[in-house]
Amino acid sequence: MACQGLAKGETTNTLKAESESLKAKLEEERAKLHDVELHQVAEKIDALGQFVMKTRRTLKGHGNKVLCMDWCRDKRRIVSSSQDGKVIVWDAYTTNKEHAVTMPCTWVMACAYAPSGCAVACGGLDNKCSVYPLSLDKNENLAAKKKSVAMHTNYLSSCSFTNSDMQILTSSGDGTCALWDVESGQLLQSFHGHSADVLSLDLAPSETGNTFVSGGCDKKANVWDMRSGQNVQSFETHESDINNVKYYPSGDAFATGSDDATCRLYDLRADREVAIYSKDSIIFGASSVDFSLSGRLLFAGYNDYTINVWDVLKGTRVAILFGHENRVSTVRVSPDGTAFCSGSWDNTLRIWA
Amino acid sequence: MTINTLSQDGVQRQQMPCLTKMERMIISMQDPDMGIKLRNQRLLITVIPHKCSISDEEALHVGQLFVKYGYIYPLKEPRNLILKADDSSYRFQTPYYWMSTRWPASELDYAIYLAKKNIRKQGELIEYEKECYNALHKRINHTWDFVVMQAREQLRASKQRRKGDRIVLECQEQAYWLVNRPPVSPEHYKLTTLTKNTIIEHNRISLARNRVKSSICLESYVKYCEQYQPHDPIMQGCLPSNPWITDDIMFWNMNSETVALPTKLRVERWSFSFMELLNDQMGRKEFLTYLEKEFSAENLCFWQACEDVRHGETAKIPEKVDEVYKQFLAPGASRWVNIDSKTMEKTLEGLKRPHRFVLDDAQMHIYFLMKKDSYPRYLKSELYKNLLARAIVPQETKKSVFPFMRRQRHSSPSPALATQTAEDDGKAKDESR
Repeated sequence: MACQGLAKGETTNTLKAESESLKAKLEEERAKLHDVELHQVAEKIDALGQFVMKTRRTLKGHGNKVLCMDWCRDKRRIVSSSQDGKVIVWDAYTTNKEHAVTMPCTWVMACAYAPSGCAVACGGLDNKCSVYPLSLDKNENLAAKKKSVAMHTNYLSSCSFTNSDMQILTSSGDGTCALWDVESGQLLQSFHGHSADVLSLDLAPSETGNTFVSGGCDKKANVWDMRSGQNVQSFETHESDINNVKYYPSGDAFATGSDDATCRLYDLRADREVAIYSKDSIIFGASSVDFSLSGRLLFAGYNDYTINVWDVLKGTRVAILFGHENRVSTVRVSPDGTAFCSGSWDNTLRIWA
Repeated sequence: MTINTLSQDGVQRQQMPCLTKMERMIISMQDPDMGIKLRNQRLLITVIPHKCSISDEEALHVGQLFVKYGYIYPLKEPRNLILKADDSSYRFQTPYYWMSTRWPASELDYAIYLAKKNIRKQGELIEYEKECYNALHKRINHTWDFVVMQAREQLRASKQRRKGDRIVLECQEQAYWLVNRPPVSPEHYKLTTLTKNTIIEHNRISLARNRVKSSICLESYVKYCEQYQPHDPIMQGCLPSNPWITDDIMFWNMNSETVALPTKLRVERWSFSFMELLNDQMGRKEFLTYLEKEFSAENLCFWQACEDVRHGETAKIPEKVDEVYKQFLAPGASRWVNIDSKTMEKTLEGLKRPHRFVLDDAQMHIYFLMKKDSYPRYLKSELYKNLLARAIVPQETKKSVFPFMRRQRHSSPSPALATQTAEDDGKAKDESR
């Protein structure tokens, strides 16, 4: 019954105490360099004027809750997935459906468009991420050419192609993220560190393109080095599950949306939370967030059926968008910033501009 | 919010019918006429009644389950809850301590048991028991007086029993708690300490990190937002018009990859950062043209080849790396790139066992070389300035005279058609009015 792994005199209690004291010291160090708040710095900027955004397209066709969507790099096509197992590729501009795939499982919680526009990846309760090459032959069954890439031990919550069609990054309810080679299905790197389901991930738009951030049910947002698999930074200030993470366009910060009804901004160089976007009247959790092209606006979809638009610098809300008849599950800005798309449990997707 | 709905309770509740079955078997085993032969055992000076040993090999597996669930407990190695098919002694657990009668094992009872052990012999508690004892002391502190009192009472009562009975009862109680509060295995212990050690290491590294003052970081956001605001269609609109609002796709056509003359905003954006220039296909082409004039085009080509290795198929890596070596790194190569000797040495060494990141250092070196040297000069060059002067500023689309008449929404060739020639090009889809 030897207690291996402990040095002489140590017990798990002493380790715990050491861990706590280090955490406290870390908070102290972080606070030392915090000499100004974001809204103070933003005082000199002009406030935003009246904000008018309307639904420009409504995409109807899913038979059940829309759970996820992604834009194609051509700025007008999107892929969306839903609870009934259907994955649909639309030309959002004309609202025409171009492809449809029926997955062998329900709750397809993750979908992504490949950078080339020639394939889509999706997954959910099947614990896998599969890649479907898009064929224009109307008679061809897309499911025939499907490639099973990722294998997790719990549901797939999010997936994203890295800079090419050849690699996919996934996050799962089993608490890990993983990087896969599409052609062979080989696991290239796995990322362990979350102590609960990982719900979302986002790749950094940096020059070296080597990091990504993930957020999960353990209230933590972790930044990872894709090459080594190491957790390089960790932030834990939310009071509940983090549903979505998204990088600020410059790559120096990222925003999170959480079940505690707040969205927060974390700076990577200052290594701390720098802004909270919340209001007493917002009670329900934020399911999804995304920045406008300049990073000045943060669009956040909530479980109370609304979308709130926040002024990132001033910390105030500039608009509240109504229209969906159920929870908003996903919000993504188009690649050229001309519009954003929202998907909801009311079975529809809306394009706002 | 996760969709996992499995709870611990569900597992336990399933086991109850199994326990009833096991108990029926146990009872029949102890039947004096049909059951297992029991022998009295002489143990030193006391006689321990009701011992039995199991020799039937077929029943070994069922026997294992009995031991695991505490219906039978071993005498020689009480902490080792397995059934051995030899002559080792076991004893039937009294029904009082059966799982079905006393499930779930209460915290209070466990506290009393540990307290008794502690009082009886100081230091008899082993490591994990000590931890549980301390944890319980914290958790049910309000009833601790009761716990200690009960423990003392039970100890006093047991002293008045016959030694044989006392030993049996102690064995039974110990066996019960070994089943219901199993010791944390050394591996699990190792795992928790390992996790704690990693967290501590992680925190130490975080403490040592270089942090930047908030004022500097936050100022950079203000600058970034200001710089990009004219390019943000949602913030400031876009020229000629936002396609989603006016149903006019001129904006997309004018900003496509293959347009003859780019817009002014687009060319301006290349001056924001080196990454912006490289991210735009047209910008990259222009930059390549400039580098060719400067006889340093191999730098950009090398960088592109490295990107291809990093993001490409795993299977093709060795051949790609080989190509890169032949073209850019080998002595006397046709497009030799100028890397410092240290990086070159390290890279050549790594090429013996090519992997996805083997060219990273060299790629980084060339990237920063271009960024610090060629890029700023490009922005000052005639080539760039000319393009900027010629670049288009689109006219704002005149608002339609009849705003309620929606324009035709033209479909576009799908990117999936990349290899085919566009068949659906220009097919106009009439929207019903």
